[in-house]
Amino acid sequence: MRTHKLEQSGNWWERLLPSGQGDRAQERGIFGFTTFLLSETMVFASFFVAYLYLRHQTTNWLPPGVPRMELTRPAINTAVLLGSSFVIYFAEHALKHHQIRKFRWLWLTTSVMGTFFLVGQMQEWKGLSFGLNTGLFGATFYLLTGFHGLHVFTGICLQFIMFIRSFIPGNYRIGHFGVTVTALFWHFVDIIWIILFSLLYLWQA
Amino acid sequence: MLIRAELVTPELNLVNRSFYNSLFTMHGTIMIFLWIIPSLSGLANYLVPLMIGARDMAFPRLNAMAFWIVPPAGLLLLSSFFLPGGSAQSGWWSYPPLSIQNPSGNILNGQLFWILAIILLGISSIMTAINFVTTIVWMRAPGMTFFRMPIFVWTVLSAQILQLFFLPSLTGGLILLLFDLCFGTPFFRPSKGGDPILYQHMFWFYSHPTVYVWALPAFGIFSEIIPAFSRNPLFGYRSVAVASLGIALFSALVWVHHMFTSGTPNWMRMLFMLTTMLVAVPTGVKVLAWTATLWRSKLHLETPMLFALAGVVMFLFAGITGVMLGAVPFDLHVNNTHFIVGHFHYIVYNTITVAIFGAIYFWFPKITGRMYAEGWGKIHFWLTLIAANLTFFPLFPLGLQGMVRRISSYNPEYAKWNFIASLGGFLLGISILPFIANIVSSWLRGIPATNNPWRATGLEWITTSPPPRENFAEIPAVNFPPYSYGQPQAWAGENSPQE
Repeated sequence: MRTHKLEQSGNWWERLLPSGQGDRAQERGIFGFTTFLLSETMVFASFFVAYLYLRHQTTNWLPPGVPRMELTRPAINTAVLLGSSFVIYFAEHALKHHQIRKFRWLWLTTSVMGTFFLVGQMQEWKGLSFGLNTGLFGATFYLLTGFHGLHVFTGICLQFIMFIRSFIPGNYRIGHFGVTVTALFWHFVDIIWIILFSLLYLWQA
Repeated sequence: MLIRAELVTPELNLVNRSFYNSLFTMHGTIMIFLWIIPSLSGLANYLVPLMIGARDMAFPRLNAMAFWIVPPAGLLLLSSFFLPGGSAQSGWWSYPPLSIQNPSGNILNGQLFWILAIILLGISSIMTAINFVTTIVWMRAPGMTFFRMPIFVWTVLSAQILQLFFLPSLTGGLILLLFDLCFGTPFFRPSKGGDPILYQHMFWFYSHPTVYVWALPAFGIFSEIIPAFSRNPLFGYRSVAVASLGIALFSALVWVHHMFTSGTPNWMRMLFMLTTMLVAVPTGVKVLAWTATLWRSKLHLETPMLFALAGVVMFLFAGITGVMLGAVPFDLHVNNTHFIVGHFHYIVYNTITVAIFGAIYFWFPKITGRMYAEGWGKIHFWLTLIAANLTFFPLFPLGLQGMVRRISSYNPEYAKWNFIASLGGFLLGISILPFIANIVSSWLRGIPATNNPWRATGLEWITTSPPPRENFAEIPAVNFPPYSYGQPQAWAGENSPQE
């Protein structure tokens, strides 16, 4: 493809998002994925708003006979999930510096931590004294945690695929689009959990 | 047509009530989710890469996935007619508590199929939106700055940003509805402490902006056709471009005007009345720009131009009735009557569908490499114009007289206007025939078209008709503003990019 020397427009946004199609598939992909995450944020936002709306309208949020939820186990789960966000950051960092062994090791640790969180939440679900049909309280709780859990599961699947792909020789030498995107997704899942944990567990009054 | 046939006479004599409910529910759903959205996405999918000088969309595989979700979702929706309990019957809004009744008691019911189909189509739309936004931001040809993009691209960008941010709210609402319907959760069940109004908020938070997702590309089509056939540059290009974003922004803040009678508090009514009126400002800018483009021009009245002009005029009609409806006192009077139905159909048929017809005629030579038959195009146009107004205009007086929508039998005093509307409905059905005949026969045997039969500006016209697989033999470089009609230095129609 021929390149053209053309005067760039002086607007700041033109400099930020310049035109031209060059070999920028990776940046394009990350941009596209970010728009997807924004859209996904809106799904969660709609659930959060629904939750707040319903909670605001209801006088006795905690149905009679249901005890307050224990905080210890979810707090440990939360800490593990949050920690995994740092681990995945270092994994990505290692890959950027071509330390593929270190990358694999840290990457796997993230998945293990994610699985720990999922299994922990499942046990948490089993131990609860209320169900999906225990009023709005139960319905919103299971919907929100379940929907988030689905995302954690998706994240772990993505991590697994990227892990396998790291064994294809030379695969991650040029770019690591999939790794970046998976890490982004993982941070997203983490941030959502912080909000969920505050709404569902910390704010029980 | 079956709906209008039932309404020819005041009595119920053709279909039973619940089948009538199925009919209007499915009519609304199919027209919106399986006609307007896919046809506009398809058109934009074809044109946007051409217009910005790209070889394809940013993510071709995602694009194919988004497309192939649509047919199964459509089949899923249609198959619900054959379920023992029939298809969904709660209108295209599917408001609870009506939509969570499930009178048939089956696990597989029409409403469930409806929800699943709409969620699938929503996923497809999100994929499409990601693709469009990325394509427009990243894939522009060298020198194609934002303010050199055709208005159609601007409107697609605005519309797809709306999809990206607002569609999730509908998906969220539908997931809650699904849980209520299938698992007996109490989200929207007042008897268990839930609130059906919440669904209305979640539904309209998307479903109002969605009207602009359809209307904006139609505005883009007008902005392409009108300058080309009046040989004038588009008046106020920058304002029109920014107005697209303005419409998108304002449309996000008006959804409660669908809920003026849903127990909405007064302060909220006032607020949303104001924001609703504000939408008229950027749309007014556009109508003014189109009109001013025509000013002192030499009009060429070929079929695409006829459709565009008629579309603008009827859009004015739709817009003005829209402002009327935005006023709370007036809305309280005509709420849930045929006035709303009339307003809505002036938008979706007389504006958007008419724009799509115009677009098909305008880009037909580019897409097929052949010309359509002008005479048949004009016949199609006049039939459509007469039939559409005959069908949808009577709904306004009917609404003012108080005829409620979504009923299969009515009081005899409404018979006269209903008869006219039904007549128009059948004519409208017939009016599509010359269109189909023209398209099919011209595609097969039409006169071969040149690269630029309309002598229009825009990158799509410099490539061959039809374009090669990768759109351009060589990616063009752009160093001139859009719509440079009447400025000979900018456009000579030659195939080589200027350096």
